[in-house]
Amino acid sequence: MKPAPFRYADPGSLGEALDVLAAEGDGAKVLAGGQSLIPLLSMRLAAPTTLVDLNRVPGLDAVEVTGDGVRVGALVRHAELLGNPAARTVQPLLARATAYVAHPAIRNRGTTVGSIAHADPSGEMTAVLALTGGSVTVATPAGRSTIGWRELFVGPLETSVHGAAVVVDAFFPALPARSGTAFVEVSRRRGDYAVCGAGVVVTLDADGLVETVRAAYLSVGPVPEVHDLTEAVSGQPAASADWAAAADLARTLVDPDGDLHASADYRRLLVGVLTERALASAAAEAAA
Amino acid sequence: MTPIDTERSITVTVNGVPRGARVPVRRLLSDALRHDLGLTGTHVGCEHGVCGACTVLVDGTPVRSCLVLAVQVDGAAVTTVEGLARADDDGGQVLHPVQEAFRECHALQCGFCTPGFLVTIAAGLEARNLSTEITEEEVDELVGGNLCRCTGYANIKKAVRHAADTMRRNGAELPLGNSAPLHEQGPR
Amino acid sequence: MTTKLFGEPVRRREDARLVTGRGRYLDDIGAQALAAAFVRSPYAHARITDVDVEPALDVEGLVAIYTYEDLTGPMAEPLPVLIPHPQLHAPRTGYPLANGEVNHVGEPVVMVVATDRYLAEDAAERIVVTYEELPVVVGVDAARAAEHAVHAEIPDNVAARHHQETGDVEEALAGAARTLSFTQYVERSACMPLEGKGVHARWDPADSSLRVYSSTQASTSVRAAIAAKLELSLERVEVIAPDVGGGFGVKIVHPWPEELLVPMAAIALGHEVKWTEDRREHFIGSAHERQQRQEITVGFDDDGRIAALDVHAWHDNGAYTPYGIIVPIVTATQLVGPYVIPVYRVVVESVYTNTVIVTPYRGAGRPQGCFAMERTMDRIADALGLDRAEVRRRNLIRPDQFPYDHHLTFQDGRPVVYDSGDYPGLLSRLTSLVGWEAMEDRRAEAASRGKLLGAGMAMYVEGTGPGPYEGGHVQVLGSGKVLVSTGLTSQGQGHETVFAQIVASELGVPMEDVEVTTGDTRRFPYAVGTFASRAAVMSGNAIALAARGVREKALRIAAEVLEASPDDLEIADGVVGVRGTPGASIPLRTIAVLSNPLRYAFDEAAKQATQFARPGADDQPPVAVGDAPGLEHRDYFSPIRSTFASGAHAAVVEIDPATWEIDVVTYAVVHDCGNVVNPMIVEGQVHGGVAQGVAGALYERMAYDADGQLQNASFMDFLMPFASEVPDIDIDHQSTPSPLNPLGIKGAGEAGVIPGSAAIASAIEDATGRRISAMPISPTELYDVMRSPSAERTAAAGRRTEVGG
Repeated sequence: MKPAPFRYADPGSLGEALDVLAAEGDGAKVLAGGQSLIPLLSMRLAAPTTLVDLNRVPGLDAVEVTGDGVRVGALVRHAELLGNPAARTVQPLLARATAYVAHPAIRNRGTTVGSIAHADPSGEMTAVLALTGGSVTVATPAGRSTIGWRELFVGPLETSVHGAAVVVDAFFPALPARSGTAFVEVSRRRGDYAVCGAGVVVTLDADGLVETVRAAYLSVGPVPEVHDLTEAVSGQPAASADWAAAADLARTLVDPDGDLHASADYRRLLVGVLTERALASAAAEAAA
Repeated sequence: MTPIDTERSITVTVNGVPRGARVPVRRLLSDALRHDLGLTGTHVGCEHGVCGACTVLVDGTPVRSCLVLAVQVDGAAVTTVEGLARADDDGGQVLHPVQEAFRECHALQCGFCTPGFLVTIAAGLEARNLSTEITEEEVDELVGGNLCRCTGYANIKKAVRHAADTMRRNGAELPLGNSAPLHEQGPR
Repeated sequence: MTTKLFGEPVRRREDARLVTGRGRYLDDIGAQALAAAFVRSPYAHARITDVDVEPALDVEGLVAIYTYEDLTGPMAEPLPVLIPHPQLHAPRTGYPLANGEVNHVGEPVVMVVATDRYLAEDAAERIVVTYEELPVVVGVDAARAAEHAVHAEIPDNVAARHHQETGDVEEALAGAARTLSFTQYVERSACMPLEGKGVHARWDPADSSLRVYSSTQASTSVRAAIAAKLELSLERVEVIAPDVGGGFGVKIVHPWPEELLVPMAAIALGHEVKWTEDRREHFIGSAHERQQRQEITVGFDDDGRIAALDVHAWHDNGAYTPYGIIVPIVTATQLVGPYVIPVYRVVVESVYTNTVIVTPYRGAGRPQGCFAMERTMDRIADALGLDRAEVRRRNLIRPDQFPYDHHLTFQDGRPVVYDSGDYPGLLSRLTSLVGWEAMEDRRAEAASRGKLLGAGMAMYVEGTGPGPYEGGHVQVLGSGKVLVSTGLTSQGQGHETVFAQIVASELGVPMEDVEVTTGDTRRFPYAVGTFASRAAVMSGNAIALAARGVREKALRIAAEVLEASPDDLEIADGVVGVRGTPGASIPLRTIAVLSNPLRYAFDEAAKQATQFARPGADDQPPVAVGDAPGLEHRDYFSPIRSTFASGAHAAVVEIDPATWEIDVVTYAVVHDCGNVVNPMIVEGQVHGGVAQGVAGALYERMAYDADGQLQNASFMDFLMPFASEVPDIDIDHQSTPSPLNPLGIKGAGEAGVIPGSAAIASAIEDATGRRISAMPISPTELYDVMRSPSAERTAAAGRRTEVGG
């Protein structure tokens, strides 16, 4: 289990990185944290001709927190985001979800943006990007553009970002007012990819009645899914809303596959259970 | 123009000693430590980042050395299990409290996973506030990311509590000499 | 015993090097060695029609490529069947490199040697092997159905039909007041040591000798295999097991193809060669264990006493049978556990499948046997409405029935006669340790938190320390150092510590003076190996006998020097003294010098010894007839049969009835391995075994698809537990010494793993009221059981509902 040969560049600027990517063509691949990529290299399941390492590119390691949301640079490690109190305040889902990402040694090296660019439908950060209605900034030799999550995620381990392009940051909009969140998972072992996971946002109106309910799921489809569950509980008091009805609705909206660790039916069961639990918790937080 | 290489010369401060090596760019840090630098204390158990046996500290932070390329640590400081103990005044060795605790608590059997546990736990204990008693949640977090096939983990957890107690009693002396809490240093 | 170290929780001497990174494991050896890598079959069953190495020839660093065509003499023949058995009527083994056909994914086809492992893998990747796919047999039921054959000439896929019976089971069942019949399954798992296998070989052309390091559990046998297969004289081959990163059984198999091919290449190339197994190779190229289908019929009376037991099992042995039918035999004979089974019949059919070979994994067939017997006890209890502990109690062998003869033949060909034990004692300790009587209160408390709680138990008797022999050598040097060696190997069990404790205690020397070497054929060429919980029993006793031999000789020489009777002498702290006469003493190191009439004064010890030396009698030779120079002794321990350790486990689980996640909240162990040399180490063995037992019950399985592809050949998907998945373990000890060996000890290595699946299945069944008849079980499978209209409900659950209203 050793990587096949490749060429390696660690450019000192984003412009140089894009130049190398452009020059090296389709066989080139961007390396940031490497916690998903390097195992694929070692198993020879991926064999890029060139690795373009971003780690020396300046300006990609910042977490910018404003009232609008949290912008996470391409070199920000999971551990750093997890420990960022301002980010946690503006968008609590970030820390809640990051705590489920693998184990500390992986979080020390792996990056939030890298796991989004990896586009694993079992990944926590892909789900959070989707749930918060987030986007990424993509730099190309032609300039920068913003890609919303729906356009970004094309399929399992596949994004719409191709060619000489670097995802330089991800933007997670702030939690709306009178909102609460929760993030829950069932995994076979602690730290494993979730058999099923759910992140939810519950927003109340000024009277404390349920206004909107949104949920995102992990490991239930080829790309992260966000479902609006509002209709099941709209206008109900936060403390006594019929979360089971929302869970039932969620079950009808997902179409999971089975694999080694869970049947499709079991995943559907978990979608309901996790939805109900997460919503109750998020609603309590929203009401507090 | 950015160089695109298949081989590189790197310099890494390993356990406080600057070391140089010429490596193919695909060389994993785990292999570079073991085979280019002869530091075979770091073990390779899975080469896909799950078992944690190969964990080392890069600039004070635990990372899987099988998930980092050797060229990526050029200029960095790496601590391996060989660097946990420090020399005493008589040319002998003073074990890190975590190493002592592993012996005391029978926290190892075959010893293959042990180096990964030791560096992870040592870094974690040095990063925590020593004035408080360690909680079970902290213990679980410190040992939770490494696989051991021999011990069933009971004695590893015991050793973490034991080492934390020792370090608390001995006050602020941090054997690895990390002046700042590790989590604030961040990776390179 | 003047230095009382036997029985003490002495800290391990291995640890000083292992915690500082100074261990020496296989891949730490041979920095300059060439590296081997293998092309392995990607198909489970195929004919090889072509091997094209041409595309690899220009890979930088390539040194050599070997295919079957390059094998000659014995190397071109099939690998040995290590343990033939009359009932293994159709044994099959592979070749070191595939000869025209592959029978499982992972079977080695081509070996590549290059200047480093990266380059070797580059070359291996380029070699083109053309396969013609053949129909695939996966799983014990497909093997039974025999729609296709793994080996064309064995159309029923049956390698062996192992059969034992102790009476007329049909008649006994017909006469029984009640009978029950049921079918159950156990799935595949694997040893999965953190260090894979590995081989390093170096040929010395100057004296035509070969030194091989192997991460093995049986260095002496690897040596013999290499000598035979490579046609070398035995004394030209030495094999050393260095520090070994766990074994658990998989490293007892020998010779692995790589153990022959790497030395072959080292000789051919005149350069040291090393192969270090990577994790993927370990999954698909080593060994697994455990899959069985069990059909059980039991006859019993209205009190739950068993009248007859009839077991028909099918055991998946994978593609080949290099290790014979040890696992089926162990299942067949250890199944009966601590119970009186008046009439017992067992048939185990060992069947071929196109999967990785099946050889012993810690427990080696015992977990399956325990699963059969203990689930039978649970069924009887359920049928009669009796407490599960009570049914067991009624069937236990009583302490006054030892030695107890089951009239079965064990894996070593010896009778299954239990040497000693106190099984009712185990059971009563267990029920109080786990709080069995208070379980209904716990169930109610858990229910108040929305959880389903259940408890289960399982008992076992484990044949440990089978023969035929192990040896030990003890030598006292003039420096006072005591060298100890034994041929069997270590994989983390702490043998250096335990054997040093034994020698220190037997010989009366400080433990720090004792140096122990294991698994090095240069030091001790005769050994059987480390398996079947036998190291402490076999080598421990052999070393004790060797130490006693040294002691006897030391006292004889000391008696002459001190002019005292040997009976009046004692040894303490390495000094022989006359009891009650202070000052009349001589250090053992001095006796060591005196024991050799050639006494050049190379060192202080020799100089000092001269003061005691006397001229020999003129009419006697300097070395007396029957004596030998040196203070050393070699001895062997060869018991008439195995010792039988025993134990009882209980598990309490809590199940989330929404997600069907299963949490083991209490795990209790009562353990009896006779006299204990080092309780700290024994407890560590129990912890590790229990973790593997829980893993085998709830997490680990080898998931093959219908094409024979292993779906989870990584630590991401093969769910070896982290600390978060292993419960805390409560342990109580009982000790019934074995009368069969001088130290009174029984083996402890495997015990912890044996009852895990049985106890946890019982607990899940108790919690859910649904019959659990296949292990391991995951939440998704438990969900399937719970919603299946055909899932059997236990009678106990029905009774509980009635009582609870």
